[in-house]
Amino acid sequence: MLQLNNIVKIFNKGTVDENVLFNDFSFNVNKGDFISVIGSNGSGKTTLLNLACGTMQPDSGSVIFEGKDITKVSEYKRAKFIGRVLQDPRMGTCGSLSILENMALSDNKNKAYDLSPVINKKRVDHYKTLLEQCGMGLENRMGVKVGSLSGGQRQALALIIATMTDIKMLILDEHTAALDPKSSETLMQITDKIVKEKQLTTLMVTHNLRFAVEYGNRMVMMHSGNAVMNLSEEEKKQTGIDDILDKFNEISIEVGN
Amino acid sequence: MNVILNILIVTLEEGLMYALMALGVYITYSILDFPDLSVDGTFPLGAILSGILIMKGVNPWLCLLIAFAVGMLAGTVTGLLHVKLKIRPLLCGILIYTCCLSINLVMLLKGTGGKAIATFFNKDTIFNSSLGALIPESIGGYYLRTTIVSLILVIVCKILLDLYLKTKSGLLLRATGDNEKFVTMLGQDNGVSKILGLAIGNGFAALAGSVVAQSKGSADQQMGVGMVVLALASVIIGLSVFKKVSFMKATTMVILGSILYKGCLSIALALGLPTEYLKLLMALIFTAALVFSNGLGIKGRRTSDASAK
Repeated sequence: MLQLNNIVKIFNKGTVDENVLFNDFSFNVNKGDFISVIGSNGSGKTTLLNLACGTMQPDSGSVIFEGKDITKVSEYKRAKFIGRVLQDPRMGTCGSLSILENMALSDNKNKAYDLSPVINKKRVDHYKTLLEQCGMGLENRMGVKVGSLSGGQRQALALIIATMTDIKMLILDEHTAALDPKSSETLMQITDKIVKEKQLTTLMVTHNLRFAVEYGNRMVMMHSGNAVMNLSEEEKKQTGIDDILDKFNEISIEVGN
Repeated sequence: MNVILNILIVTLEEGLMYALMALGVYITYSILDFPDLSVDGTFPLGAILSGILIMKGVNPWLCLLIAFAVGMLAGTVTGLLHVKLKIRPLLCGILIYTCCLSINLVMLLKGTGGKAIATFFNKDTIFNSSLGALIPESIGGYYLRTTIVSLILVIVCKILLDLYLKTKSGLLLRATGDNEKFVTMLGQDNGVSKILGLAIGNGFAALAGSVVAQSKGSADQQMGVGMVVLALASVIIGLSVFKKVSFMKATTMVILGSILYKGCLSIALALGLPTEYLKLLMALIFTAALVFSNGLGIKGRRTSDASAK
């Protein structure tokens, strides 16, 4: 479904700080995959997602989505078929607008933002049903400003918003990293439920090795711009979390992290 | 007593007229978080253009619409400079303001046959023809017609703006100022939203210019001096003074802010402040408003949301 072919990505090109992150890197996401990506800081995880979403352009190589070359397609156009939840809970929602306004705006995603009223009363029940699956009681607080919600609630709302329209792919960029252990556990369960229900092709970057092992059908470990581990569901079951941690420590020592 | 009432009426009248511009600056500064200096140029642009059109006999109400449209055009250019050429907001404003200086002068010179001021005292304006003429010139000995016409205009503009901010396009505008990334993730180009916001904001500034010119019966380049400060102060005073009034809409706060601000200036003048110190006082009040609103955290959202990443 998504292919990154022969990607070269160089940061600070032409300066003393020049850093070649990806050199002829290729990555393939199949339809229906739920891939968890782990790796130390600077290993290229987030850059991988940014290249897929169009936040960054590769120096060379191509990004193919469902057979179409989208390398030059801008970020906002890709957002029509790629849903995304970021690490910072504040980024996926609009703090100064209410839950209802946030959802109504997002519900309109693939239509024109014209002069018609944004809130359609007939859709409100549908929004509430979507929120109920979080089990946080958000469905009873539709008029509350999103800025006053907790990080966990806000991130759950961001996830609902990212997946409420027809998207072909979901990208999760350390979306549980800013939350406390309990909230991140809850959010991960909601994520898994939504991904399974909607059969979304998902690419998730996480620092939580247990999440990476427990969820998804493929696990990739990134290190200096390469996928040093690429485990299928079967292989993942046979490899324990300790083995993965050992490998992780091994590469971390190499770079002195 | 008579003197005080007259001062009150003048304050109300001017406060209402300049409130139209404050509504525009509310969109650019408060909603979009874009400090737009083009207003200093688009306000006299609307004034001078209307003045010349009225001299040529164009319907004064039509002039309001033309001024709004031309203001929108100037705002669009400000937006394009920022979005397409990636120029910083403050510089975009300065550039458009500078452009307007020339455009306004050229219009004045061509329109008046070489004069630096357009005068049209005996022509039809919105205050003395059609709808304006229906309103009695003075009530109980006080000249109220200008105030009433301005009030009607402000109310109409406020209602239209409130309605707009509830539409899909309006809500997207509010989202753009709050969280650009969110708008991108909605599959929308946030540049388009910004340009639209700047266009509407400057439309209101030019509209205010047209109204003020029509009330004075003349228009010149000088009218634009200090407009940014005036409008920003109105917005900030309004939003901070009435922050606690939960049922009040932000647009209402801005209008009241404009009246309050004019009130402060009127009081100072009535107490005997020489007019040459007026701009100094404007800057002082603006500074006080900024310090006061910092304490209340009016612009605090910039540090909490927009620049979080």
